[in-house]
Amino acid sequence: MGAYVSNILFGILFFSLVGLFTRNIRRVIRNIKLGTAANRYDQPKKRWLHMARIALGQSKMVRKPLSGLLHVIVYVGFVVINIELLEIIVDGFLGTHRVFAPFLGGFYNVLIATFEVFAALVLVSVILFWTRRNVMRIKRFWRAEMKGWPKWDADIILYAEVVLMGLFLTMNASDYWLQINTQDPHYLTAGSFPVSQWILPLFDGLGVAQVVAVERISWWLHITGILLFLNYLYYSKHLHIILAFPNTWFAKLAPQGQFTNMPEVTDEVKLMLDPNADPYAAPASDVAPSTFGAADVADLNWVQLMNAYSCTECGRCTAECPASQTGKKLSPRKIMMDTRDRLSEVGAALNKGKQPNANTLLDNYISREELWACTSCNACVEACPIAIDPLSIISDMRRYLVMEQSAAPTGLNNMMSNVENNGAPWPFNRQDRIAWRDEINISK
Amino acid sequence: MAELAAQGKQPEVLFWVGCAGSFDDRAKKITKAFVKLLLKAEISFAVLGPEESCTGDPAKRAGNEFLFQMQAMTNIEVLNGYEIKKVVTACPHCFNTLKNEYPGLGGHYEVVHHTQFLKQLLDQGKLKVEGGQFKGKRITFHDPCYLGRANNEYQAPRDVLTKLEGELIEMKSCKAKGLCCGAGGAQMFKDAEAGNKEINIKRTEQALETKPDIIAAGCPFCNTMMTDGVKNKEKEGAIAVMDIAELVQQAEDL
Ligand code: SF4
Ligand code: SF4
Repeated sequence: MGAYVSNILFGILFFSLVGLFTRNIRRVIRNIKLGTAANRYDQPKKRWLHMARIALGQSKMVRKPLSGLLHVIVYVGFVVINIELLEIIVDGFLGTHRVFAPFLGGFYNVLIATFEVFAALVLVSVILFWTRRNVMRIKRFWRAEMKGWPKWDADIILYAEVVLMGLFLTMNASDYWLQINTQDPHYLTAGSFPVSQWILPLFDGLGVAQVVAVERISWWLHITGILLFLNYLYYSKHLHIILAFPNTWFAKLAPQGQFTNMPEVTDEVKLMLDPNADPYAAPASDVAPSTFGAADVADLNWVQLMNAYSCTECGRCTAECPASQTGKKLSPRKIMMDTRDRLSEVGAALNKGKQPNANTLLDNYISREELWACTSCNACVEACPIAIDPLSIISDMRRYLVMEQSAAPTGLNNMMSNVENNGAPWPFNRQDRIAWRDEINISK
Repeated sequence: MAELAAQGKQPEVLFWVGCAGSFDDRAKKITKAFVKLLLKAEISFAVLGPEESCTGDPAKRAGNEFLFQMQAMTNIEVLNGYEIKKVVTACPHCFNTLKNEYPGLGGHYEVVHHTQFLKQLLDQGKLKVEGGQFKGKRITFHDPCYLGRANNEYQAPRDVLTKLEGELIEMKSCKAKGLCCGAGGAQMFKDAEAGNKEINIKRTEQALETKPDIIAAGCPFCNTMMTDGVKNKEKEGAIAVMDIAELVQQAEDL
């Protein structure tokens, strides 16, 4: 019985932490589903390609060559090293050690060596990332919305990566030491350790029992760390490692300049323009008479809410935004972070079975001043490495302000009444549209 | 257009002048330049004149979807009434709205921006530039957001400039990374929010870094913004802000 203690412990650890993760992901999905419908299932071929290029291929990430390269290393490293995770989990359940080695033969050595090289590269990249944030203090990482938790979040992830990679290499090194220095068949000669062999001298002077302890402790801490990290995602911008994929798949494929034509408005406008329409007839479509535009997260569509969970807070959008660049309050990254924070607030209430509080995304999170500063230039959309569309949220919230509250700035109200009355944004006479013709010497 | 239709004729293309092109003094010059080029190239075209109405773009960007769709449907009725197939416009905002947002409301046209149209005319030899007036002139092109990022057209205006034999010098942020002039999203019609700089000044500074003789634009609103920026920097004597159509017209010596 005693022999199985570690297997059972592992089972408990694994299932409880994976279970917790599953519950959290379910909550994320539930929260995203609070959004309104959005038909983003068309053109599947194009969508797969889009995802392959942007999420899998990181095509937008590498537009900034240095951070792009570092990110690709960490990303590929993450994926590759996770193959090793499979073996660790099987070992954990069966109480075996390097269970795949006998099956894979020489290829196993290649694999382990690859993992090690990537672990080292990831370590270096992560340290460089940390330096960019904290020593070079690149501007986009230090804007107002990055104070407090977001700043912590970014650093915690980097520290966690260092610790995990360190544990992985220590685990390999101690194992390697045991392979060399004991005849114990448990530590079968397997793997090739191009990186961790360099830390072997650390174990000089230790006895077998102590190195076994080091090996076991780093093995356990490593897998526990990974499972904890998995659970950390839910609270972190790091959710993007999963959501980047659906996020790019469901992204808007239409030209960036194309804004949606609200169908519920079309119905009403058609009624207004049709002289034969019966003004008392029921609306033609069965779209529920909801609010126009968005005041809170539930008025946004589910893709916009998924966008909010996917945002990595990298600030590439904000760095390109003309309003942000000229000192206005608007920051497209903050729009995404606010949307997520409000959605989390609503979600937290639902978790407790309560009604969400009376806050709204508008005013409690995003101010009108921010919304009106946007030039709809699409620079943020273009810049986002995972195809997030902050502009669509800004636009929907403006729609709410104008159509539900008639709360546009004066200049815009004047413009709109001119369009309505004169068919132009300025108070000119419609007949003068052709006045330019008399100013050139042509007859037409 | 009404006159042509009365004669039972159908133009090859409808020139959508746009509100700025109709009413704004600076933009009217672009309209006139473009019309002269159309005449020179012997294109059969028409304008709607008083029957044209705002596309609804500024209303839509401001958030007034009702007003936008009212405008759109009224315009679509007129355009469909004349059985218009092809529309050219010198305004990227009109271009984007007509091209992308009208189809969903029943308005299906082939819509081209005037820089694309001019490029075609030059390619087909319907317009010819000779004399190399712009040889050695440093020209930088400011990408309009609604032509560039919004519709992925970066090349046509540049091709035209290359044909003019000017020396095309790119700003640090250009094409997909081009900085907005500050007018889009209906900003043209309201005061800017508090900040530390006007957007058009920032963009003008980027343009000035290229030490240009000419800042080329492809949008009446960008044109206004950049012209104001250049004035603000007291450079209006040395640097001209000109639309692509005006440059071609000058080269054609019309
Ligand atoms: S679309 Fe709006 S939020 Fe996005 S970059 Fe342009 S001004 Fe900023
Ligand atoms: S929206 Fe995109 S570009 Fe902006 S911070 Fe989030 S992930 Fe980065």
